[in-house]
Amino acid sequence: MRARRVVAALSAVVALVGAACSSNVSSGAGSGPSSSSSATGAPGLGGSAIGFIFVGPKNDFGYNQAAYDGSQAVKAAYPNLKVLTAENVPEDDNATRVMNSMISQGAKIIFATSYGHLNPAEAVAAQHPDVVVVQQGNLIPTSTAIPKNMGTYFGTVYEPVYLAGIAAGKATKTNKLGYVYAFPISQSIDNIDAFELGAQSVNPAAKTSVVNTSAWCDPGKQTLAASSLLSQGVDVITQHQDCTSTIIKATEAAGKYSVGYHADASSLAPKGWLTGSEWNWGPLYTDIVKTVLAGSFTGSKYNANYRVGYKTGDNPFVQSKFGPSVSDDTKALIATAKTALGQPDGSPFKGPVMDQSGKVIPGFEAGKVPDYATIESLTTFVQGIVGQIPKS
Amino acid sequence: MSLALDVAAGAVGGGTSILYAALGETISERAGIINLGTEGCMLVGALTGYAVAAMSGNPWIGVVAGAGAGGALAALHAMLVIERKASQLASGLVMLFLGLGITSLFGGSFVSRTIHAFTPIALPGLSRIPGLGKILFNHDPLTYLSFLAAPAIWWLLFRSRWGLLIRGAGERGEVLAAYGYSPKLIQYLAVVAGGALAGVGGAQLSTAYANSWFEGMTAGRGFIAVALVIFAGWDPLKAVAGAYLFGAALALSPALQARGYALNQFALDALPYVITILVLVFLSRKRLHAAPEGLIRTLANAPVR
Repeated sequence: MRARRVVAALSAVVALVGAACSSNVSSGAGSGPSSSSSATGAPGLGGSAIGFIFVGPKNDFGYNQAAYDGSQAVKAAYPNLKVLTAENVPEDDNATRVMNSMISQGAKIIFATSYGHLNPAEAVAAQHPDVVVVQQGNLIPTSTAIPKNMGTYFGTVYEPVYLAGIAAGKATKTNKLGYVYAFPISQSIDNIDAFELGAQSVNPAAKTSVVNTSAWCDPGKQTLAASSLLSQGVDVITQHQDCTSTIIKATEAAGKYSVGYHADASSLAPKGWLTGSEWNWGPLYTDIVKTVLAGSFTGSKYNANYRVGYKTGDNPFVQSKFGPSVSDDTKALIATAKTALGQPDGSPFKGPVMDQSGKVIPGFEAGKVPDYATIESLTTFVQGIVGQIPKS
Repeated sequence: MSLALDVAAGAVGGGTSILYAALGETISERAGIINLGTEGCMLVGALTGYAVAAMSGNPWIGVVAGAGAGGALAALHAMLVIERKASQLASGLVMLFLGLGITSLFGGSFVSRTIHAFTPIALPGLSRIPGLGKILFNHDPLTYLSFLAAPAIWWLLFRSRWGLLIRGAGERGEVLAAYGYSPKLIQYLAVVAGGALAGVGGAQLSTAYANSWFEGMTAGRGFIAVALVIFAGWDPLKAVAGAYLFGAALALSPALQARGYALNQFALDALPYVITILVLVFLSRKRLHAAPEGLIRTLANAPVR
């Protein structure tokens, strides 16, 4: 009986935690009409609102701030539609609940903007065939048919990261670069690999040490990660974290170089800022909404795993401005590389790409230009990276 | 820097916020009141410390305000459990969620603010000692203060008249009352002091160690602090060891990774918590006898045993 009481008490606590962590949906105006499904058949039509869910706070100098800015661009483009936003939405059933609440407030288009929001997004899309749910950054497995009212979208994040790697490779004096990441998801692995490949392209001796924090935002752990890397002689640090200011400030305080991610944080590192990669979601979000409202979402390029990059010229992931220490010579190298990435055979991952043991990675043989799907399914670090991908 | 030095220095730096919270909780529990809301006190301390540092331009003013905020939340807990005889465990959890809620409500606009943060100061002479200098004497001022706080609180609890009163309130309040003291007042002061120290711990995290504010940034450190108090047998000096042990477990993973060791990082991430659980499993039965009597009564009457 005692054990059962403990279990009951624990589940009560868990329920409380869940309730406390979930976020309230905030909207510009009062709660809208809970409209019934549109009769026209095309998903996403007839709504009075558009919903956006974010996994973190809207002003994190990072991923969520960029997505939030995108949602505000949609708001500006469609003043007649309410834009509902919800911050700090966990990647679990809470996301389903928040999305359903947005639908009951009249949303017919939902942007689920975190990698881990895919499963809840799929559940909501299945429950509401009349609502378009698009998910940012993850992939719907190609083995399953993509529902008529769903899609994923993303930029080729690793392209500007490759260019930033060039800046890092030229800036380093110790030939040691550092990369702080959260989890070994394919997006992070691509970025880390591209960063090292970019650095190698101009500095064959450059090596990248990696540290993971197992959290998208735990500033205490970030401080430890940065100081561990700095103590090993690393003099350029970049990261794949949701909140980026702690690491950039620590690197600047140590007098070393920073490469940013998600947002322009050059104001935090006036001396050491090299460059970085940041989001400009507004145009893509607005175009998705436009497609949906035209009634032509199903069968469109967005009703798929949609990816854009330098080849199509409209990558929502762009290079941040340069810091004061970047030489004209480096800027010219980056400009050349950027032009090359836009060519049909241009890719940071143009074969041959070797893994850490020096063997050619399957799919990345000499002369091959891997497609987005192949790159996004990379599960290995390339040669020149110090550290291992954690196995669960 | 060698691995051991790196981990040890990281243990002191990363363990300090936990240490402050554990010292505070030791005072509170010695007076017979457990505060599971320590995490909430740390959070309000972290936000208030950061916000006031941002507005005033001085991190010291921020820390004082952080202590005040942590103390104020603890005062609410004290009122609920001392005056209204609410369950200490339930009230503590409420304080946690209240802390999460208000910091989330008011914290948003401070995420993007910058402050004049505390910076590490190498103590002249001491920081040159091989090994120890790097581990102990190259930290921010709040970390140095914690070196003094732990023995000072030990002295307060076990060598001063105030300590006798605090422990008396935690063991047999009625005896104190018979001698003309107010056990309620003493408990109030102890709980508020505990919350204030947790607030300083949170402020150390935001204004010194991580130099930023983010929602939920304490990430469970307050709960670890509560567990440490039991692990340390309600002794502030042993709490120092516990806080640094936990800090070392946190520092081990990045230190190994930065050196390129092949290892299971998920297991390493679990290590701090596994250590805490193991220590509790092996020590708690024995330790519970060392608990203040008032606390034993509280735990014994609690719905979860």
